[in-house]
Amino acid sequence: MNYTAPEREIMEYDVVVVGAGPAGLACALRLKQKRDDLMVAVIEKGAEIGAHILSGAVIEPGPLNDLLPDWRDNPPPVCVDVTGDELWYLKKAGRTRLPTPPQQNNHGNVIVSLGALCQWLATHAENAGVDIFPGFAAADVRYREDGGVGGVIIGDMGVDIDGEPKDTYVQGIEIHAQVTVLAEGCRGHLSKRLIRKFKLDADSDPQTYGIGMKELWRLPEGRVQPGKVQHTMGWPLDKDIYGGSFIYHLDNDRLAIGFVCGLDYADPDFVPFEAFQQLKHHPMIRELLEGGEIVSSGARAITEGGFQSLPRVEMPGAVLIGDAAGTLNVPKIKGTHQAMKCGMLAADHIAGADAAEGFDQCLRDSEVVAELHKVRNIRPGFQKGMWKGLVTAAIETLTGGRLKRTLTNHADHSALRRASEFEAPDRGWVERDLPPRDRLASVYFAATEHDEDQPIHLQITEPEVCTTRCGIEYGHPCTRFCPANVYEMVEETHGLRLQINASNCVHCKTCDIKDPYQVINWVTPEGASGPNYQNM
Amino acid sequence: MKILVGIKRVVDYNVRIRVKGDGSGIETDGVKMSINPFDEIALEEALRTKEAGKADEVIVFSAGDDACQQQLRTGLAMGADRAVQIQCDQPLQPLTAARAMLALAQREEAGLVILGKQAIDDDNNQTPQMLAALWGRPQATFASSVDLQDGKARVIREVDAGLETIEVNLPAVISVDLRLNEPRFVKLPEIMKAKRKPLEVIGLEELGVSVENNLAVSDYTPPPTRSKGIVVDDTGQLVSELKNRGLI
Amino acid sequence: MNKILIIAEHDGKTLSPSTAKCVSCAMAFGGDIDIAVLGQGTGDVAAQAASIAGVHAVIQIDAAHLEAPLSVNHANEIVALASGYSHLLGPSSTYGKDLMPRVAALLGSNQVSDIMEVMGPYQMKRPVYAGNAIVNVTAPEGVTLVGTVRVASWPAASEGGGAEVRQAEPAAGPCADSAWIGLESGGGERPDLQTAGIVVSGGRALGSKENFELIYTLADQLGAGVGASRAAVDAGYVPNDMQVGQTGKIIAPDVYFAIGISGAIQHITGIKDAGTIVAINKDPDAPIFEIADIGLVGDLFNIVPELKSQLG
Repeated sequence: MNYTAPEREIMEYDVVVVGAGPAGLACALRLKQKRDDLMVAVIEKGAEIGAHILSGAVIEPGPLNDLLPDWRDNPPPVCVDVTGDELWYLKKAGRTRLPTPPQQNNHGNVIVSLGALCQWLATHAENAGVDIFPGFAAADVRYREDGGVGGVIIGDMGVDIDGEPKDTYVQGIEIHAQVTVLAEGCRGHLSKRLIRKFKLDADSDPQTYGIGMKELWRLPEGRVQPGKVQHTMGWPLDKDIYGGSFIYHLDNDRLAIGFVCGLDYADPDFVPFEAFQQLKHHPMIRELLEGGEIVSSGARAITEGGFQSLPRVEMPGAVLIGDAAGTLNVPKIKGTHQAMKCGMLAADHIAGADAAEGFDQCLRDSEVVAELHKVRNIRPGFQKGMWKGLVTAAIETLTGGRLKRTLTNHADHSALRRASEFEAPDRGWVERDLPPRDRLASVYFAATEHDEDQPIHLQITEPEVCTTRCGIEYGHPCTRFCPANVYEMVEETHGLRLQINASNCVHCKTCDIKDPYQVINWVTPEGASGPNYQNM
Repeated sequence: MKILVGIKRVVDYNVRIRVKGDGSGIETDGVKMSINPFDEIALEEALRTKEAGKADEVIVFSAGDDACQQQLRTGLAMGADRAVQIQCDQPLQPLTAARAMLALAQREEAGLVILGKQAIDDDNNQTPQMLAALWGRPQATFASSVDLQDGKARVIREVDAGLETIEVNLPAVISVDLRLNEPRFVKLPEIMKAKRKPLEVIGLEELGVSVENNLAVSDYTPPPTRSKGIVVDDTGQLVSELKNRGLI
Repeated sequence: MNKILIIAEHDGKTLSPSTAKCVSCAMAFGGDIDIAVLGQGTGDVAAQAASIAGVHAVIQIDAAHLEAPLSVNHANEIVALASGYSHLLGPSSTYGKDLMPRVAALLGSNQVSDIMEVMGPYQMKRPVYAGNAIVNVTAPEGVTLVGTVRVASWPAASEGGGAEVRQAEPAAGPCADSAWIGLESGGGERPDLQTAGIVVSGGRALGSKENFELIYTLADQLGAGVGASRAAVDAGYVPNDMQVGQTGKIIAPDVYFAIGISGAIQHITGIKDAGTIVAINKDPDAPIFEIADIGLVGDLFNIVPELKSQLG
């Protein structure tokens, strides 16, 4: 910015939590429960709590029981006890029921809307004295004199697309805190910066990810079977792409349906969104959806690296919790209980030590990491394809993860093969007619909103790559892996131009992860921008 | 001079509106609620007027149940001096709303009442005009520019034919349109300060107003969907078709 | 028996087409229909009102202070005329929207805004949530129904009427607290995008800022306003205030030409209330064809020039 800003206003807290997801909120609430004297703030870039939260979600209520023992008396608005599990292997027109693996036994678990759960948790946190600020984005880290993390800097608002202040310009304040808790979720942008700066991943494998896409449907009366949990694998993916679908039956004729693809796929032409839409056209799924209507849709990357990819989670003045670190348990397809436990662990630690120091060891010694350790080889086993993966999974399950080996994770962006070197298999995809017709229509249901006159938050560090090498080598995969049609290569009279439709962005972070050249850097746009998920 | 600004808690303008299956209303479960966008513009205008030294106090008010306190606190965080919640458990139709506003305006001896031109839920565009009528004061609706001088307001209004300028003596009621201003962002420290600003709750009976919602609203249905029309083969056919339909 | 008074809208010389549409709405309610014309020297306007078929009488009130359409003054006249009428209707234009609620409150009545359909003397439909839902409104019988008529939903009543024109004295003097200063007309050679009866819109397929001339010249030939899709705006071909759609302007012209526009749902949201949608696109699978009333598949660079020459 050319404008010389005056010094920023400062607000002081003991702890500032970045991100009002399950990890951040559980941490904040637990902090106040343990040390009511602490001043705790949670800042959240979504316009309201839950606006950027998207998940299946079937959760283990254990941490909730611990955090709020009487929660069942006044449960969150969407909360359905699981009645049964089904795992299906799909072929283009057929299906086979598989035995439910022990990790996917959901007896005692509940299907929730994670967004609604977070709103509900936020109310508890506010009642306990936490200051929660939705609509404010942490744009930068505030460093202390000694180089440690000393809080965050809230993003400026009212800045135009060229970086100049508009009439509505408001300078972001600095929040100073003794301890900063990064709870940004998967591939948080400040977490990414801090991991690099403090070399937190020096001793761990690269983090690996999946992209999760979800739609909430309202079905004709009586069709939904509340509490039913279904998962599928196989079609429409081929054996070399990890992933599958989830179908969770809620109440009030609502169905949560979604699809996850590992982002370590090799096919440069693969379109994850299309795979999700194909899945819906499988006869088993189609008969469920036909006649219903989409209420909401969205996407979010998830962490899949587990134990091997867990970075060091403490640095001077700050800790990483939840999926900002990567605590999701892939075989269970669950991250919420881990995120909450991790957040509560951090709270207990900070309440006792008044510092970040020591949290890493605390986490390593905890149930959270033990759980990850037990299943550490399952997801990596699928690097060699589905069948080998299933064999590895079976062995690891039977041995409870006690075998000495630990398989290695590799960066997803390096998995993409060049267009000239790869031939995609025929996946048997069909003509489709269920809504949404395309990604632009899907984005409509995410209710994502960005003031178009603001700096583009998808920074391309080497833009020439897009119009030169990438076309030849990979054929512009960003135009395919983004679920929101943000990236387009537009043919113009003088050649191809990269068009970034930043206002479509649903903040999933897939581009930051999967871009083979790693030139896309996702940063937070103006606070309150982005999706407006409801009950997702 | 005191400026009164009315704000309404409405379904956020970004929400994809869906009609409930039974037609009793629209889906509001888990739906984001916000200050009616026109009301934010009204509040912004009031704040600028005070900052220009032309008013002493900006009072933000809303008629509703306790949920609307969230919007009143946002109004305070934007810069209003105090807030009043007119407590009522059912939505008020414009005539009753106007009567309640009149009672408040008289109690406060307001010099100016600024309101959004319409709420994006009911889209009535009536309350400001009704308030002015009941108050026996002039009205300046759909304002895209407001200039206060010497006890008068010179207002440029957005009308179908263009921009109309009128002048009204205060006290008056102004309703604002989209292009009047761009509301300020709320600053974090102001949110904290707003928690300590006064928020008064008063009942309709205290204001001497009884509810007269005599329009029965029912049977919400989605709008008719457009379906595919005809496809013509060439430009000639297009032109004939347009002419036949009397469109050109 | 219903007795309906319609408040005429005019510019001093010409009656607005909205008045004939209010007459259609009044006919749906049924009963005697009178029209009030307020202004100064409105003889011609009153005569035009009297020639609308179905009108029983025109009441013309001329006074200097009624010349400017100030609702503070006009409302007093309508209130004075109101007794004996079961329904008072104005158009849902800025004039009617400014005036009718003032009348309603002075009469102690609620008001029904934007009447789009009439099912009975006190039963109507109107749009809410920016037209995303339609509701039934039932007004109480025996209470004067004050309403504004959603002009886009009604046809103009035909010509051929021969109502009597009655002069009446103004009931009140000028309100001292309001003064009309002036009117600055729309300005610009083209009709405003938001209110134009015909709009021609271009999409990214135009390919450049220069190519948009095709759209501008077609619009000028049709006397239309000009719009664009978000993609065209993002590509820098046209300024932002031409954007039609969810994040731009929501418009309802009688005719909308979507040229080289694919018809993403975000764009359709901006034109869902348009009268007739005409789509020209070379992609037969473009979603715009699913909702276009008249579609033509082909290259806009051939079709638009042909269209211009055939429109002559």
